[in-house]
This record gives sequence, C-alpha cells and structure tokens, in this order.
Amino acid sequence: MSKLSYERPFIQKLNTGSMNKFGTKTEFAPVSHLDGVAVKRLTAEYGSPLFVISERQIRKNCQNANRAFKTRYPKIQFAWSYKTNYLDAVCNVFHQEGSWAEVVSVFEYNKALRNGVPGNNIIFNGPDKSVEDLQLAVDNNSLIHIDHFDELYSLVELLSGGKQKARVAIRVNMDTGIYPMWDRFGFNYENGQAWNAINKIMAHSELELVGLHCHIGTYMLSTSAYATAAYKLCDLAHNIKLKYNLAVQYVDLGGGFASSNTLKGSYLQGADIIPTIDDYAEAITSTVLNANFKQEDLPTIILESGRALIDDAAWLVGSVLASKRLSDGRRATVVDFGVNLLFNAFWYDYKISPAQDFTHHTEDMALYGPLCMNIDCIRESVNLPLLNKGDQLVVHKVGAYNMTQWLQFIQMRPNVVLIDMDGNTHLIRERETVDTIIQQEKMPEYLKKK
Amino acid sequence: MQINKNIAISDSGFIFNPSTGDSFSTNQVGMEIIRLLKENLSKEEVIAGVVSKFNVDEATVEKDLADFALMLNNFQLVINHE
Repeated sequence: MSKLSYERPFIQKLNTGSMNKFGTKTEFAPVSHLDGVAVKRLTAEYGSPLFVISERQIRKNCQNANRAFKTRYPKIQFAWSYKTNYLDAVCNVFHQEGSWAEVVSVFEYNKALRNGVPGNNIIFNGPDKSVEDLQLAVDNNSLIHIDHFDELYSLVELLSGGKQKARVAIRVNMDTGIYPMWDRFGFNYENGQAWNAINKIMAHSELELVGLHCHIGTYMLSTSAYATAAYKLCDLAHNIKLKYNLAVQYVDLGGGFASSNTLKGSYLQGADIIPTIDDYAEAITSTVLNANFKQEDLPTIILESGRALIDDAAWLVGSVLASKRLSDGRRATVVDFGVNLLFNAFWYDYKISPAQDFTHHTEDMALYGPLCMNIDCIRESVNLPLLNKGDQLVVHKVGAYNMTQWLQFIQMRPNVVLIDMDGNTHLIRERETVDTIIQQEKMPEYLKKK
Repeated sequence: MQINKNIAISDSGFIFNPSTGDSFSTNQVGMEIIRLLKENLSKEEVIAGVVSKFNVDEATVEKDLADFALMLNNFQLVINHE
C-alpha cells in the first residue's frame, strides 16, 4: 500500500470574531509556471535563487503605455529609465519598443551607447556630471538636463570659445501638492530659480534650450500632481516663447508612475489604489493640450516611466532553507533570498506564492532571508502554506530597482533569466562567483602568503 | 507526554478542549500524532507510527514532532510535557 503524502503537523487556535470584509486571503494559490515555463525546470537549470524576467510582459507594458498616451496626444516619446533596471537585455527590449535612454550617470550613459542608442536619443539627467561627462554628452549631441547652477557654469566654461553647442533642458522642481517635495533636484519654479536658469541659458549662444524637465516623485498615487507639474512646465514654455520667441521642443514629465506593488503600511492592496496608466496619461496630455500652444508649437511629451513598466515583468524564485519557531511562538521561515536581492522589501510588502501544491492549511509567519543580519526580513508577517525545507517560493513584481540596487553582501548575486516571446529561456546575467568579487581586489606584496 | 483525556477531536481535525472552551484545527499528520499520543505511546513509537503511514523519513518527523509538541503544550492540550 502506498503511503500518504506528508505535511508538517500543524495546529492552529480558532478565534471567533468579526468576519473579514475583504474575504479570505488567496496569496497562497500556487504559481508553478512563469510565462508558461515550469518553476522546477527553471531552478533545475539555473539554480535558486533566480530572477526571471518576462519579455512578453515588458512589451505588453510598453505597448499599453504608448497606446494610453499616443491616443490622447500626437507627440509622445518614452525614454527607458536605466536606473530602474539596466541589464542590457532588458534595456534592448525597451529600445526595440521605441524607447530612448534616460540615464543619470556616465556609467549608465556608456551602457546606453554600448546598447546602440544614438547619442541624440540619450537624456542625461542627474546631479553628477563631470566636465568629462559633459564633453562626452556634447560630442554625442545628447540631451543634457541641467540640475544646478554649478553644472550650468561648467558647461558654459567647457563650450566657451569653441564651436560646439549643447542641447540642454533644465530640471524644474515645484510644489505639486504632494509630500515630500523633491526640491533637491533641479531649479525651483515657485521662487523664480527656474526662470533665472532659463534666462542664463538663453544668454549663452553655445547652449540651445530644447526642453523643460521635471520628476516630481516616485510611486505617485495622485494624477493631479502630474497635471500641476505639466501646467507649470507649460507656463515656463509660454514665458520662453513670449520673451525669446522660442518654442521649446519638449516637456519631459519624468517618471514616478506607481506599480501595483503594495507599500508597507498600506490598508489596501496596491492594485486597488494606484491610478492606471490611462489616468496618468489623461492628466498630463489634457493639461498640455489645454495650455494654448499653437498647433505648430505643441511640444513633444517625454516620459521616463520605469517602475510601472518593469515591476510586474519579473519574479524572484527562491527556496526554503529552514522552518523554525520564534520565542513568542510565531513561525519563522528562512529562505535563500534576502534584502541583498530584494532591496525594495524595505518598503514593499511583496506578494509571495508557493510554487507547488499544498493543502488548505496555512499559517502566519515571518519570512527571513539568508543573511546573518537581523535586518534581513522579507515579510514581517505573511500567510502561507506549511512550508518545508526545499519548497520553492515565487516573489512577484520585482522588476524595478532590485536588479540595480541589489547588494553583493554576504551572498553573491544569482543568475537572471529572460523568457522570450516564444517561451525560450536565456541567461542574461550570470551568477557571481568568488572570482567575480576578488578580481577587483589587490593584495599588497607584504601581505601575500609566502 | 500525554494528551489531556478530555480533549475531543473530530475526523476533520477539529479539536475542542472542554476545560478551557478553546477550539483548534489540525491537519492529517497532526491528527495522527494526537491519536498515537492518546494511546500513551512513547516518542519513538509515535515517530515510527507516522513514518509507517506517511511518506517521510524519521529525522523529519522527529524535528516536526518536537515543534508540534511545543505547540500542544503551549495550547495546554498535554500533561507532563517532557
């Protein structure tokens, strides 16, 4: 007679109380396949933990965002935010979908060039651009978004006496009614600093003012803030036209559109409270269309959305290392992925699913990573089935920032796999080894082992 | 370790403790362990009983039983917990 399948013994006290008006949790529905590929096959071939990216979902997100904006406004350009995920394969999917590159360092800039992005389709943002970086951007005819007066003066000094011209915009910060106000970047609108910067640029013939840029925040839950930002950029554009008879070529509304992840402390699930991409598009395009530009002066709207286009296109697959009981009786599960790989676990309550079938029994547990550090907690409390050593888990919507902010700390970074449109898997970043890390180290001669 | 004699357990894993009024739910393996404990079997005999019925090794059951026993004790369902 064949034996029954085993499940860890489990006992739970039953408490009577009010019914949950949101119904039963369903987070523990097993997710055995990702984009049609079995999780077990993926981990057998590429190991655990493992980042898995869906090319299909990236393209779907891009096409949906383009549809939302282009059906409302005639001149739209997306620029892929490299800092959100700068794995070359990911960037190239975005570039194939027509996105320019938006970079915030010379490292990202060089990555964009290596990916074949034409220099004039690279937007160079950020507060850190050396004179050499600026020269590189000028040589490639890139769009330089000036962040502060020191950068403006450096650029003027660099170009003075020469024949080169730089295509520039300024980053504008402003009060859009949301908190915190990101006033550490760019020039302020309300106190006249932005207008002052514009006048300084217009006074220098070597600088060609082509656009106006802002980036009002991240994970923005309010579309009206974008309407306010667009209104203020359009107001500056009108004043430039009035004083200098110059129509700026574009207004760049930056990024910050929310993904459907759930922020820690949020009462409702992220998916229930975030605006849709159409909501953002409606707020922005309506404002620019209603800003009384002449038809021939209508600026291109540039968008640098990152998070909303990539978060739900990636998963992290991991395995249970151990299951234990904490001193207060709570269950603790230790898994092979921690905050070293999921940096955003510090502010998201990531949705986590088992990758195999379970019975209906579930328990609340804390989910800890593999690091020997107390801060390594993925979920302080999550309801999951009775997990055993070796069981696999799938973390959802991990595409944004985790694969750029990940840490080589205690553990090394794992393989990253892309599932293409036909369901084939491609290794797009190889797992690190000790050699990866120590190749950058140098040993003083006297410390070498004799 | 012995289960309190007055503990009632149904076929579906519903447990009722009449002396405290508390009720609990357990899974199939939990039910089997409680059934074996009610027969006053030793820890080793309980482990052997589980291994004979379920597809599992002895070491896993020993580890899980220790944790389960802790919870039974915590819920005041056992007497003379080791």
